[in-house]
Amino acid sequence: MDIARTEVAEAAAEEAAEASGAAGVAARGRGAALRGALLALPVVFFALFFAYPVAAIVARGLHVDGDWRLGQVGDVLGDSGIRHVLWFTFWQALASTALTLLIALPGAYVFARFDFRGKQILRAVVTVPFVLPTVVVGTAFLAVVGRGGLLDELWGVRLDTTVWAILLAHVFFNYAVVVRTVGGLWAQLDPRQEEAARVLGASRFAAWRQVTLPALAPAVAAAALMVFLFTFTSFGVVQILGGPTFATLEVEIYRQTSEIFDLGTAAVLTIVQFVAVGIVLAVHARTVRRRESALRLVAPETTARRPRGRGQRALLGGVLVSIAVLLVLPLAVLVQRSFATPGGAGLGYYRALTRDDSGMFLVAPIAAIGNSLQYAVAATGIAVLVGSLAAVALTRRDAGRIVRGFDALLMLPLGVSAVTVGFGFLIALDEPPLDLRSSWILVPLAQALVGVPFVVRTMLPVLRAVDGRLREAAAVLGASPWRVWREVDLPMVRRALLVAAGFAFAVSLGEFGATVFIARPDNPTLPVAVARLLGRPGDLNYGQAMALSTILMVVCAVALLVLERLRTDRTGEF
Amino acid sequence: MSTTSTKKSSAAKKLLVLAVGLGIVTLSACGSSDEGTSSGSKTVTLVSHDSWAVSKSVLAAFEKQSGYTVKVLKDGDAGQAVNKAILTKDNPQGDVFFGVDNTLLSRALDNGLFQSYEVKDAAAILPAYRTDDDKHRVTPIDTGDICVNYDKAWFSEHKLTPPESFDDLIKPAYKDLLVTENASTSSPGLGFLLGSAAEYGDDGWQDYWTKLKANGVKVVDGWEQAYNEEFSGSAGGKKAKADRPLVVSYASSPPAEVIFADPKPTTAPTGVATGTCFRQIEYAGLLSNARNSEGGKALLDFLVGKTFQEDMPLNMFVYPVREGAEVPAEFTEFGPQAKDPETMEPAKIAEHRDQWVKSWTSLVLK
Repeated sequence: MDIARTEVAEAAAEEAAEASGAAGVAARGRGAALRGALLALPVVFFALFFAYPVAAIVARGLHVDGDWRLGQVGDVLGDSGIRHVLWFTFWQALASTALTLLIALPGAYVFARFDFRGKQILRAVVTVPFVLPTVVVGTAFLAVVGRGGLLDELWGVRLDTTVWAILLAHVFFNYAVVVRTVGGLWAQLDPRQEEAARVLGASRFAAWRQVTLPALAPAVAAAALMVFLFTFTSFGVVQILGGPTFATLEVEIYRQTSEIFDLGTAAVLTIVQFVAVGIVLAVHARTVRRRESALRLVAPETTARRPRGRGQRALLGGVLVSIAVLLVLPLAVLVQRSFATPGGAGLGYYRALTRDDSGMFLVAPIAAIGNSLQYAVAATGIAVLVGSLAAVALTRRDAGRIVRGFDALLMLPLGVSAVTVGFGFLIALDEPPLDLRSSWILVPLAQALVGVPFVVRTMLPVLRAVDGRLREAAAVLGASPWRVWREVDLPMVRRALLVAAGFAFAVSLGEFGATVFIARPDNPTLPVAVARLLGRPGDLNYGQAMALSTILMVVCAVALLVLERLRTDRTGEF
Repeated sequence: MSTTSTKKSSAAKKLLVLAVGLGIVTLSACGSSDEGTSSGSKTVTLVSHDSWAVSKSVLAAFEKQSGYTVKVLKDGDAGQAVNKAILTKDNPQGDVFFGVDNTLLSRALDNGLFQSYEVKDAAAILPAYRTDDDKHRVTPIDTGDICVNYDKAWFSEHKLTPPESFDDLIKPAYKDLLVTENASTSSPGLGFLLGSAAEYGDDGWQDYWTKLKANGVKVVDGWEQAYNEEFSGSAGGKKAKADRPLVVSYASSPPAEVIFADPKPTTAPTGVATGTCFRQIEYAGLLSNARNSEGGKALLDFLVGKTFQEDMPLNMFVYPVREGAEVPAEFTEFGPQAKDPETMEPAKIAEHRDQWVKSWTSLVLK
């Protein structure tokens, strides 16, 4: 908290120094105070529920018997096994990012420029994997690329426990990031600019390269960095699909913390991951800012049209086939298995979900739906409150560099392992007034930590697009800052706010890593219940796990479809 | 939200109110959690791992008879739960910890996780499972065997006798048939490694695993993948068209395949290679700084009591440790307990565990 307060103070000082006239100083002073007030809650939230727990567990690992064991950093990094893990983490993330871009960029184009039936539903469907927990779909993905899978049956190709399974699964999980980030912007680029270039004699490729690509590049870079971040910290995919021979930094942190109980090594690895993610985020923040350069944007509805000509239809067909094989098929396998009872296709597993005869849950598994929804609503409330306050503060034109840096800081929870945060909660939040370890609020708090970055990312571009002169005009006419926000900003961002809420909601529904640490036995969430069912032998347990996964998938898809209906004119990054 | 306010500083004030509001929510949330753990000596908290399960009626009967309300905290998988308990031992999350097994026992004892308490029915516990008898820091609660399971249909279809022992598994007839778990991340995986070390000795097991590797053993990360994805005899495996008819699992897995089936088959689809078993014993203990130690003691007595011991098998798929506790018919019929399982002293496991796992990793995975 101290750190955060200094940050705000420094930012204020920076701006005060920048201001020239006396009136400017006063106005800026007021601005800084307001911004400080806006940032107070996000800063407190971030400090208390992220920075403090993570710092506590890292310190526990490195601070032994009153001594700082900083020499461990060298020992750990000198270990050839660890260096191998680092190298693998890095190159697989790079390869995954490249492959995801290669496969998803045509998809982004198709979603942006073409009109076809079922486009909205398909856009929701391709986003489903992104918000589903790996424990649910990892195994279904294996059914496609593994033994007896589609590839196996067609060409005898089996990719299980190879690095290809990991790379393709990363495409599966992150396809939506590219489609939403790049496609969202692409849809709003005025195609007439490219057409003008062609009229002036440029070839199709030259026109694209000189007009569209530069406008698109920052969005592509932003998407690439997000995919890199998610694949760099990949956990479930690597564990389930890669087998025991592949380990990322995240997997190694989990192993060192949870199994070997070598907190020192885990702490060093956490710091290494922190630094790596920090670099990625710093680069990301830079590209995002460059992207604010004014582009002439138009409404997305005006740029999409039905595909014409053989080339365009082939492109659309190709994209649809790749989506069908890579994204829809694994999800379909899940649904199919949930109906495949021993007596033929039926609802037997779904019916079994309503019985509470197993002592494992103390409630019927179906109750997990209610728990998940309640937790997700609470988490969404927290994430929207914290995230939008941060976004409003970050868009203020007088926001200094340090305040803008907070933007990147809010993304950090996406790059830190759940096991570190979970263990951190355990030892940091253990004394009154903050003994939250056995409180229900811990689950929504942990989920909100993951939701906040999405809220910020969705709100920021929209808020930044609001013409500052409107605000100034309102202020000149005597409106209070609150009134300005209510009359000018709110109407413009209302839909973005709903989209952000929808995304935070879906992400909370699917959150597994942190929730599993703190969910109570009498109120498991859907992903936790699925994991517990998968942990027991027997047809009914497996079938119920598949049925619950299907329900989770449908709930997420519905949330995303509703979100599609609320899409703003200017889409955020997700 | 107010619609008429036009005062200059109202925005800042409102935000402050919001911030304070969240603070209050947070504080009230801890208030309510405190009630559960410290204030009422009528609440006793059990910390356990994800596999903990009990019949509602059995737990309710204990609550009624003892006057305590039982709160359960499941803390991840077995290893995680033990580590978390050690991390929080000065200010524990509960009063009793259940679920530390013989492979992790030394870690828990060396870190001073438990305080001494001898349960009322200590004499009823079968001698084979007792440990730490001089200090009574832990009480054995249940036992189970980690064994190779086989897919009956596969073996009858291929007219092959299922393997029975560790030695069988390296025979050419069983090439490419076995799937096991990573010994460094999975407790059955570790159990199987320890079983082989008990069978072939501290030096001989490496040679055994070299042969096992040459015979095509497949290693996956966790039990879920091995059992649900790779093993052809399980429900999940059948759907996934799995092709390995041998898997490292538990002696109680075959009964589970019968009990969790609808309609119930007359015989289990899987069997146990009884000569490949490693015995796991799970213990419970009173946490060192338990706030409600009286309640904790009552809870420990209950865990060893006949009612709970007989309720355990069908909930957690383990065997009772209490003499004369009855085991359900499905258990004796479909998954008889191994007669002569491999065992190992917790102290010996603690001494070798990390080194063995390390050499196993470089031997088998690289």
